[in-house]
Amino acid sequence: MYLYSLTLQSATGIVCATYGNFTGGKTQEIVVARGKVLDLLRPDDNGKLQTMLSVEIFGAIRSLTQFRLTGSQKDYIVVGSDSGRIVILEYNKEKNLFEKVHQETFGKSGCRRIVPGQYLAVDPKGRAVMISACEKQKLVYVLNRDNAARLTISSPLEAHKSHTIVYSITGVDCGFDNPIFAAIELDYSEADQDPTGQAANEAQKHLTFYELDLGLNHVVRKWTEPIDNGANMLVTVPGGGDGPSGVLVCAENFVIYKNQNHPDIRAVIPRRQDLPPNRGVLIVSAATHKQKALFFFLLQTEYGDIFKVTLDYDKDDQVTELKVKYFDTIPVTSAMCVLKSGFLFAASEFGNHSLYQFQSIGDDPEVESSSSTLVETEEGYQPVFFQPRKLKNLVQIDDIESLMPIMDMKVANIFEEETPQIFSLCGRGPRSSLRILRPGLAVTEMAVSPLPGVPSAVWTVKKHANDEFDAYIVVSFVNATLVLSIGETVEEVSDSGFLDTTPSLAISLLGDDSLMQVHPSGIRHIRSDGRINEWKTPGKKTIVKVGYNRMQVVIALSGGELIYFEMDMSGQLMEIEKRDMTGDVACLDIAPVPEGRQRSRFLAVGSYDSTIRILSLDPDDCMQILSVQAVSSPPESLLLLEVQASTGGEDGADHPASVFLNAGLQNGVLLRTEVDMVTGQLSDTRTRFLGLRAPKLFSALVRGRRAMLCLSSRPWLGYIHQGHFLLTPLSYETLEYAASFSSDQCAEGVVAVAGDALRVFTIERLGETFNQTVVPLRYTPRKFILHPKQKTLIILESDEGAFSTEEREANKKEAVEATGGHENGKADGEDEEMADEESEDPLPDEQYGYPKAEANKWVSCIRVLDPKTSTTTCLLELQENEAAFSICTVNFHDNKELGTLIAVGTAKDLQFMPRKEASGGFIHIYRFAEEGRVLELVHKTPVDGVPTALCQFQGRLLVGVGQVLRIYDLGKRKLLRKCENKNFPNTIIAIHTYGDRIYVGDIQESFHYVKYRRDENQLYTFADDSCPRWLTASLHIDFDTMAGADKFGNVYVMRLPQDVSEEIEDDPTGGKIKWEQGRLNGAPNKVDEIIQFHVGEVVTSLQKASLIPGGGESMLYGTVMGSMGALLPFSSREDVDFFSHLEMHLRQENPPLCGRDHMAFRSAYFPVKDVIDGDLCEQYSMLTSELQKKIADDLDRTPGEIVKKLEDIRNRII
Amino acid sequence: MQASDRFNINSQLEHLQAKYVGTGHADVNRFEWAVNIQRDSYASYIGHAPLLAFFAVAENESIGRVRYNFMQRMLLPCGKPPDRDQED
Repeated sequence: MYLYSLTLQSATGIVCATYGNFTGGKTQEIVVARGKVLDLLRPDDNGKLQTMLSVEIFGAIRSLTQFRLTGSQKDYIVVGSDSGRIVILEYNKEKNLFEKVHQETFGKSGCRRIVPGQYLAVDPKGRAVMISACEKQKLVYVLNRDNAARLTISSPLEAHKSHTIVYSITGVDCGFDNPIFAAIELDYSEADQDPTGQAANEAQKHLTFYELDLGLNHVVRKWTEPIDNGANMLVTVPGGGDGPSGVLVCAENFVIYKNQNHPDIRAVIPRRQDLPPNRGVLIVSAATHKQKALFFFLLQTEYGDIFKVTLDYDKDDQVTELKVKYFDTIPVTSAMCVLKSGFLFAASEFGNHSLYQFQSIGDDPEVESSSSTLVETEEGYQPVFFQPRKLKNLVQIDDIESLMPIMDMKVANIFEEETPQIFSLCGRGPRSSLRILRPGLAVTEMAVSPLPGVPSAVWTVKKHANDEFDAYIVVSFVNATLVLSIGETVEEVSDSGFLDTTPSLAISLLGDDSLMQVHPSGIRHIRSDGRINEWKTPGKKTIVKVGYNRMQVVIALSGGELIYFEMDMSGQLMEIEKRDMTGDVACLDIAPVPEGRQRSRFLAVGSYDSTIRILSLDPDDCMQILSVQAVSSPPESLLLLEVQASTGGEDGADHPASVFLNAGLQNGVLLRTEVDMVTGQLSDTRTRFLGLRAPKLFSALVRGRRAMLCLSSRPWLGYIHQGHFLLTPLSYETLEYAASFSSDQCAEGVVAVAGDALRVFTIERLGETFNQTVVPLRYTPRKFILHPKQKTLIILESDEGAFSTEEREANKKEAVEATGGHENGKADGEDEEMADEESEDPLPDEQYGYPKAEANKWVSCIRVLDPKTSTTTCLLELQENEAAFSICTVNFHDNKELGTLIAVGTAKDLQFMPRKEASGGFIHIYRFAEEGRVLELVHKTPVDGVPTALCQFQGRLLVGVGQVLRIYDLGKRKLLRKCENKNFPNTIIAIHTYGDRIYVGDIQESFHYVKYRRDENQLYTFADDSCPRWLTASLHIDFDTMAGADKFGNVYVMRLPQDVSEEIEDDPTGGKIKWEQGRLNGAPNKVDEIIQFHVGEVVTSLQKASLIPGGGESMLYGTVMGSMGALLPFSSREDVDFFSHLEMHLRQENPPLCGRDHMAFRSAYFPVKDVIDGDLCEQYSMLTSELQKKIADDLDRTPGEIVKKLEDIRNRII
Repeated sequence: MQASDRFNINSQLEHLQAKYVGTGHADVNRFEWAVNIQRDSYASYIGHAPLLAFFAVAENESIGRVRYNFMQRMLLPCGKPPDRDQED
């Protein structure tokens, strides 16, 4: 078996971010690292963040920073990754890609303890960069420019200190003096030697300044001083004329200003009132805002509260006071960026990211702690308390969806749509959600207005070619035409000159400023001065089809006669040529007039005899047939679309564009055929089944370029995104006819008719594979099952260290009363208060997080959710510190009258620290009531551990409790133990069954194949894995095969050898004798690993599904970083050869951007086996055309064929 | 050091041990070995963002807090070192 791996949804979580002017000029961009993907984001005019570029780098990005050489207008990006290399990137605006400026190797690859890459710091003047590891090694590179103003990088200067752990580094702003870097360091050498533990207790963190002497070209430890032992982060303070220089040391509970020859200035971080006293407050992300005469810092704590930190300093740059003032509370971020344009980009660590706009900069009085009011008592420093409140200084303007972390995922067609839906549990704590994903783009409906009949077609038309917006929407009915003018409002007009007593076949702008209406009995040409020229059809013939652009019109009369018209110099429509086609014409199309040309060269004609012909419109060989294509079914609609076959740039100027003939056939298939620009020959046909109805094709505008709308049983959009042509379904209802639409309110919209309504919508978030429907949940979701019959979801949610709902409500009420009471004077009646609370939650948990409780306190609930209505029909909160972890449906064979039951495994008093233990567990058995809407407890059985895996097996229940696998049967008051095997290595976390075989997944030791012998009532392991695998997800593939994923980001498939499998099945004792002998504490047989692949993110769920109707099944996975991918089995050996050669060439010609070797990355833990990396292969179309040509030549193919192959295989997955 | 010593196996080992933290030697004891493994593991968890997120979900803490806790634990990952006198 060979698999093709393809990421369907790249990671949505963000690890780190940096911002600057990467294109040069004024616009600010944000570069974010999503683990193995580097993205460039830019806020557009509407305040929406747009992804400009997204590059998979096949490595782990650990740190990012930006710098600018003095006097330059453009920022460079420095990337610290696991490649053992420092990489400096520059964004190339013209080609829209990151260019590698420098790549310097300094160590081994991989995330190692002493190989730098974890931290990055730059000198604020852009003269040097420091890259550091967690321990010991720090390297400084000097940055400069040569005579040609190119960036140069020096050889590394060492600033190592062994036996030292580094917490954070930063560049100190000291103007144009020698660059200085600051680091928080902790020396452990003595602690390792001292058996009394005294040295460890006394271990002291130090703040060390490293000075790079530019004259001598070496680094010295300039200054080191003990700092607070809770220190975890450094923030640069502006210096060199802009401020006092030095650093802010963020420590647990404190912010301290430090500089050389300067006393410490310390202030406490205010605490939330409800925080347990034993918990500290840690700063997790920081952002600096610097203007000419003002700077401040925004520091966010681990609970989400943002504090504004300001410094008071005198003329001698002596800091006199440090103030920490409560600013606002937003979900905890992994990175924050304050943009110069007044936006705050908050990259959430889990869940959706946000873009906020500053309303004010927190000048109002607020809870504040200051260094001058710091009180030290015997118990330490006096804390300052505050109460979080609603956003005051920030207002959210954009929400960027993130699936991180995907906790569980299942694919099913519950809604009985054309394609199945993906149900995924995402998020954590109060921001958890169930997200229903459908392949396709989301649309935003702008307007729906009913029409006085059932329309058959719709067009939009401008009054003048240079107009920005459309002037009319024209709707055609069976016997009339309705003209609507677009202005402030859309209203019917009668002075447009269009004939309204007849249906229309086409409405268009002709030339610069005249309009054309084609109706069955003629062509009406409306000149701008109001003159009307009418061309009537000869005899009794009617016009059936029409193809047109701004200069050319071709009509097809009944009977199959084609008449070709062209605009002449005077703006008259002149008949040029006629041609009789044998038989009626099914459809026609002419491409738009190319820039700088008189006419478009090709006419495409589809006939009912299932052929498509390309005709020439050149005066020399006018209406001659250039080529013919026979197709499987009569074509319904044609569209000639210019496509950049491959582009590096936004406009793709350096590549010749190619024209594709798109044809929607009556059998629902879309054909895309390349048209040779010179000869008109057709080649490289790609087919795709779109739906049950014949696709109708329309052109639309997407990001200023022509794109294609295909209306089949659902609408599709074909457009170019970052060099790839994508054909994606839209999540919208079936449409009849559509036209692009542009007005003041919506620049790039679509107007469409369906039923008796006119609809206007826009398409957003281009490039995304899935669109989401979100159902909020209460706690971190753990697992869920789909009830196949009732089509409901049963979801387990549990959170550690949180208060139960009642406790929270009580606390919140108290808090709100305490703060709100003063303002309102407590005059309100109780009823009103209740109403208030219902209308608006004063402190929504989604934003503030749940208040923290002790670590071993659990809250948990079981939820029955109807996905169709997104309503929860039953929600059971577990009591007495129980938390649910496993679930399955079970039908007990002895108790058929009970029907399908739900078994839920719970843990009581579970704790992870200092070691994982629980005071016990329970298996709850529930039955459905009220037609499956509600769960009713049947009984609950105590067990001696945590039941972490449940599965139905031959009408009984299989339970994994710690190391024990057990079979239970249903009793009257509790479950009855029938059989057990205690010999599993650690903790059973997954059980699958098939026939009488049981597949048990252990948390550390991969899969065990187990057999149950009914006559002897015995469970025994007959095969296991030879590798220790820290299993996180598992999937049963077939009788001998299991797929799994481990904690380190690997996906693998293992199979029991055929002969062993047969032997086990044939053996009357089932291999029991061998099992009794045992072999080195393991099972007698070992499984073979047949697939091995490093995804690079922790895979949390695996599913087998087909996402397209009639397509083959592939293996889907969801990861903790919120990405989704698919592994598709190859169906032919030929494809395997082709793709493995392509992959090999790309590895050679297109090494990953951040310096990690592709093969080494995919083999990070185990050598990659029989998987071809589609993400790498798809980078083919991003290469320059010379390189594409070179690779194609080596493979004995053309670049077009390779792109077609890549498209084909993608279309087999999604 | 004499010129001939530079190439003997011991000095080469010493060089490696000085250069690469955690390189073992003949007399490495159980504790030192375990400390090294633990520190390597923590450094790896901190370096791999998805793993850190995975731990953060399990412990219901923010990623920043989990990273800080791991850094802190690198100081004394296996508790106090054994008493050398007692061992002998």
